Amino acid sequence: MLEIRDLHARVEGKDILRGVSLTVKRGEVHAIMGPNGSGKSTLAKVLAGHPSYEVTSGEVLFDGKNLLELEPDERAREGVFLAFQYPVEIPGVSNAQFLRLAYNEKRKHLGEEELDPLEFKDLLKERAQIVEMDAGLMSRSVNEGFSGGEKKRNEILQMAVLEPKLAVLDETDSGLDIDALRIVSEGVNKLRHADNAIVLVTHYQRLLNYIVPDYVHVLYKGRIVRSGGKELALALEEKGYDWIKDEAEESQPSAASA
Amino acid sequence: MSSIELLTNKEYKYGFVTDIESDMIPRGLSEDTIRLISAKKNEPEFMLEFRLKAYRNWLKMEEPQHWPNITYPKVDYQDIIYYSAPKQKATKASMDEVDPELIKTFEKLGIPLTEQKMLAGVAVDAVFDSVSVATTYKAKLKQHGVIFCSFSEAVLEYPELIKKYLGTVVPTNDNYFAALNSAVFTDGSFVFIPKGVHCPMELSTYFRINNSESGQFERTLIIAEEGAHVSYLEGCTAPKFDKNQLHAAVVELVALDDAEIKYSTVQNWYAGDEEGKGGIYNFVTKRGACRGRNSKISWTQVETGSAITWKYPSCILQGDNSIGEFYSVALTNHAQQADTGTKMIHIGKNTRSNIVSKGISAGKSNNSYRGLVKVLAGAEGARNYTQCDSLLIGDKCGANTFPYIEVSNNTAKVEHEATTSRISEEQLFYLRQRGISQEDAVSLIINGFCKDVFRELPMEFAVEAQRLLGMKLEGSVG
Ligand SMILES: Nc1ncnc2c1ncn2[C@@H]1O[C@H](COP(=O)(O)OP(=O)(O)O)[C@@H](O)[C@H]1O
Ligand SMILES: [Mg+2]
Repeated sequence: MLEIRDLHARVEGKDILRGVSLTVKRGEVHAIMGPNGSGKSTLAKVLAGHPSYEVTSGEVLFDGKNLLELEPDERAREGVFLAFQYPVEIPGVSNAQFLRLAYNEKRKHLGEEELDPLEFKDLLKERAQIVEMDAGLMSRSVNEGFSGGEKKRNEILQMAVLEPKLAVLDETDSGLDIDALRIVSEGVNKLRHADNAIVLVTHYQRLLNYIVPDYVHVLYKGRIVRSGGKELALALEEKGYDWIKDEAEESQPSAASA
Repeated sequence: MSSIELLTNKEYKYGFVTDIESDMIPRGLSEDTIRLISAKKNEPEFMLEFRLKAYRNWLKMEEPQHWPNITYPKVDYQDIIYYSAPKQKATKASMDEVDPELIKTFEKLGIPLTEQKMLAGVAVDAVFDSVSVATTYKAKLKQHGVIFCSFSEAVLEYPELIKKYLGTVVPTNDNYFAALNSAVFTDGSFVFIPKGVHCPMELSTYFRINNSESGQFERTLIIAEEGAHVSYLEGCTAPKFDKNQLHAAVVELVALDDAEIKYSTVQNWYAGDEEGKGGIYNFVTKRGACRGRNSKISWTQVETGSAITWKYPSCILQGDNSIGEFYSVALTNHAQQADTGTKMIHIGKNTRSNIVSKGISAGKSNNSYRGLVKVLAGAEGARNYTQCDSLLIGDKCGANTFPYIEVSNNTAKVEHEATTSRISEEQLFYLRQRGISQEDAVSLIINGFCKDVFRELPMEFAVEAQRLLGMKLEGSVG
């Protein structure tokens, strides 16, 4: 479904991704871990098409299509979803109105009839149960005055409404207390099925106790330096990132020390 | 690194000209011009006197070119045609006698005037250049005691009401443009809601400027007697001309005890092209007097058009416990200029006013809010709340806020809040990541920004206003 080949990207003139390759198949869950600043969010934003990030080389195929030549909204309508690490506030726009607009864009794209506010309300009510989202949050402005946990839940609610083929969840676990983490994780598990794929970006192993990945990759300084099964995450939990860093430095000596 | 750039305006779809024969008077302004206008309308003597007095005042006044935050070349008042009316029978027994060209024009503007097609629940007075050409639902309203007709007709049919109220809210020497209007106004709408009546439908006036040389000087007078309620809407458009046209209107509202007047405007005059060529100079005086106890006047305006907008719909809160409200969205793009706001004058006890102003500037436009809150010594317990927000799109536009606060009673409470923000790249990206197009994303953010104002508009108007803003601001990532 997703094929990333030797992807290089920069922001503000700084090279951040320095040759990322990754293949994600239908039905799989991949976790991308790595220390702060290693480029995890950058990878997520590049996949979603953030205009500030410039791809300098490499390719990304999504269901065989060249993802990089699509506009961000086209990518979304094709089924790429990003749960933001820092969801944005949109004052004056109700959550329900926003979600309905997004949902109807997708329906239009699929050649389906749009839903009117009443029909959509029913759908929204049903999907909100997946993340145990309070109905009161639907009439409030998008993310405005939401707590950290509510914002993250709202992201997963959007995923539940839009039913993407590929969902990239960027640090969805950060800022959640243990109960919220359980609810959000269970929500994601309910949305996980044989036809879609999930890329979990996280820095901590604890999320992976709830959402068990098929593969774990470690991103360090813009490259995937190690891949493995779920046990890799446990090893990281135990030993930290230092041994990976050391290994990476040994196998890829920097120009200065060479 | 702002990559938000605006595409040009979508084509202004009201820019067409109606080909119709007009009855015009020669260019220029003098006492003779005024006598000619008054004679054409068969006006009683008191009206001619009112006009001449205004004219003599105007001659002594100075055009307010310095204090507003706007610039424009001097207007040549001798180069304007002050009366231009489509040729047709003076009195029309029914809609069938209205020139089909005019019916067609208004239909094209979305304002059907014929019996079969009239908008349900909204009575319309249609003003074309200098005159009112049709008023719908007049008879039906009359059954409720509501008078809704053209101003010219009111002068002839209800001279006592006109004499009693005209110029009592906006005196003929109030300001330069009001004085000019008082001298040369040609038509407009008149509304009278008698004691205790809640007007059974929305009333509205649609103003159309068609003649490139004439400009429009209309007069609106709305009177709500004790306990009366009315909601009035006005809309306006004009063809695209390279030359500027002057629109200098005066609107006066009077609310007696327990009366309520809600006045909504969606202003979409031609704004000129991207370089600022052409467009309407919209120099308007709107004022409401809350004369009675517990009366309420509420102004809602959505200003999207005009090359220059200069207007300050105001409330004089004379009656104890009276309420004044001002809700405004002013959008400027390209080379447009707006200096708009309100005045709330607290005279009576426990008077309240609420001001919500949303300014949106794009292109190289300039958008200023100017507001006065004045509390006189006798206004015990007066309260005002002002919220003034500016939204900037791109980095070549300007937004200013000029609040003036004068309080002479220490029990008064006056609060003012102001914010300035930009549409951020992150907001746009977030919305687009959910499959919403760039244009829809900009429009959603803007509509969210304007929500507190839009919800004051009658339903159909709110929809129209949202559509208009979206159309005026086609955004694109550059
Ligand atoms: N918009 C940006 N402008 C400048 N630098 C950025 C921007 N986004 C990311 N970076 C830089 O790129 C590097 C990787 O950041 P990020 O992808 O957020 O890492 P992670 O998500 O793994 O913590 C960091 O050094 C960060 O400062
Ligand atoms: Mg990150």
